[in-house]
Amino acid sequence: MKVLVSVKRVVDYNVRIQIKPDGSGVVTDGVKHSMNPFDEIAMEEAVRQKEKGKVTEIIAVTLGGAKNEETLRTALAFGADRAIHVKEEGEIQPLTAARALAALVKKEGAQVLFTGKQAIDDDANQTGQMTAALLDLPQATFASKVELDAGKATVTREIDAGLETLEVTLPAVITTDLRLNEPRYLKLPDIMKAKKKPIETVSFADLGVQPAPGLKTVKTAPPPSRSKGIMVKTVDELVSALKAKGLV
Amino acid sequence: MSKILIVAEHANGKLNAGVAKVVAAAQKIGGEIDVAVFATDGSAVAAEAAKLAGVSKVLQADNAANDHALAVVLTSQIVELASKGYSHVLVPGTTFGKDLAPRVAAKLGVPQVSDVMAVHSASSFDRPTYAGNAITTVEAPAGTIVATVRLASFNAVAAGNGASVEKVSVAASASANTKFVSLQAAKADRPDLQSAARVVSGGRALGSSENFSIIYKLADKIGAGVGASRAAVDSGYVPNDMQVGQTGKIIAPELYFAIGISGAIQHLAGIKDARTIVAINKDPEAPIFEVADFGLVGDLFQVVPELEGKL
Repeated sequence: MKVLVSVKRVVDYNVRIQIKPDGSGVVTDGVKHSMNPFDEIAMEEAVRQKEKGKVTEIIAVTLGGAKNEETLRTALAFGADRAIHVKEEGEIQPLTAARALAALVKKEGAQVLFTGKQAIDDDANQTGQMTAALLDLPQATFASKVELDAGKATVTREIDAGLETLEVTLPAVITTDLRLNEPRYLKLPDIMKAKKKPIETVSFADLGVQPAPGLKTVKTAPPPSRSKGIMVKTVDELVSALKAKGLV
Repeated sequence: MSKILIVAEHANGKLNAGVAKVVAAAQKIGGEIDVAVFATDGSAVAAEAAKLAGVSKVLQADNAANDHALAVVLTSQIVELASKGYSHVLVPGTTFGKDLAPRVAAKLGVPQVSDVMAVHSASSFDRPTYAGNAITTVEAPAGTIVATVRLASFNAVAAGNGASVEKVSVAASASANTKFVSLQAAKADRPDLQSAARVVSGGRALGSSENFSIIYKLADKIGAGVGASRAAVDSGYVPNDMQVGQTGKIIAPELYFAIGISGAIQHLAGIKDARTIVAINKDPEAPIFEVADFGLVGDLFQVVPELEGKL
């Protein structure tokens, strides 16, 4: 079975982000980027399924400008067999991304689209569900356990009420949550090997995709800042301070 | 004028408490507010929803296909109702809502607004990005506005005068491609980390998974959920689902204890909305003290048991 894994290049989770003084967005130039951590989990899952013999081919996909190629190289080092770069400059919102992914799922005949439940930049948590909707496919979001079989997937989902298990027919969209796995550390030989793997470049036009209507970002501002509080010297002082505020 | 459809989240015949907060967000938008209940028999849930202040009417769509809240089954029903002149479709920003709303938006061919935390107008909202480190004001284009509402940002509406409940018939059928298998309810021995009013988290300074017992003891003493920093998770002291931070759970408890946690950016992103932060760390220079309401420099292995004894 062939699977598609959608990965996104985002500002690294360890970076303290800066808001541009004019409120036009977040500073991304000269800032360390890496693969969205939830997409790393999606990549890892695809590779594990291949190691188990359930998956025969892994195709990594990313959408965005030239720099996104490095994220595809990371995906190839994880173990993707080949990669597709939907090369488009500028912001790509979830519905547009979903249109492109839907076109690729169809074109490749992928049985599963794996992707992170959300990207840690826009925190939208939409693309997987939207892709499923556009293709009228079942969706299993926030996966913490995935079992693939012929023609179906049994997926345990991490939801507010606990762990819900769904059985979906394939093809399906599965979005990955933290508990699913711990992504491997990439080894140098795999990183070297990844450099030789093929990356195909396509455009929205090649895929027959029109950008969807999107949200307009009016401004970006920092959250209200927390001020430094009080340093207490003893546990007794702490307990009385908490009691005074009615917190304990 | 806006006409707002709220999709009621419910389980075991009870309305989810978050729905009253979604109604509060809808009131900020203004206009007519209807609540749709999709269930096998939604009478009890509809009656509860009808009591919320500001609700004009409750639409009760009973169908055997609605026995489990599956996005794939609900979407077509919501799209059908939404086509009856609704300008907005709002759902709670829970796993239920986050699973559902994008599917509805894609079917309507519109973008979706995630985690509305403030309402500027009927089409302009604030939402958090970068784990709440940036607040983005967005303007939705023409067309139906589909949004999830961040529950921590709104206070529940009070009881109202009682709205009317109307039975509606919408086409619904069981899904051929999605089958509900089971639900294993969250363990109830300790409050859920995500929704707990109090949370105690431990960091790498705990040194081992055995030492984490002092964190559990303190948490149990004050009825708190338990979390951990990414460093503690990466060191193998606790499982990943306890991770608090940008790559883990983003939480907003009333009271948060950060114990032996230095305060890496990624951790702070997860606790930004905590009402009161207490930090205990032996390093007076730890960045966690920059955001803590109360800081105590000391050896956690002495301080924490003493604190537990005195609370």
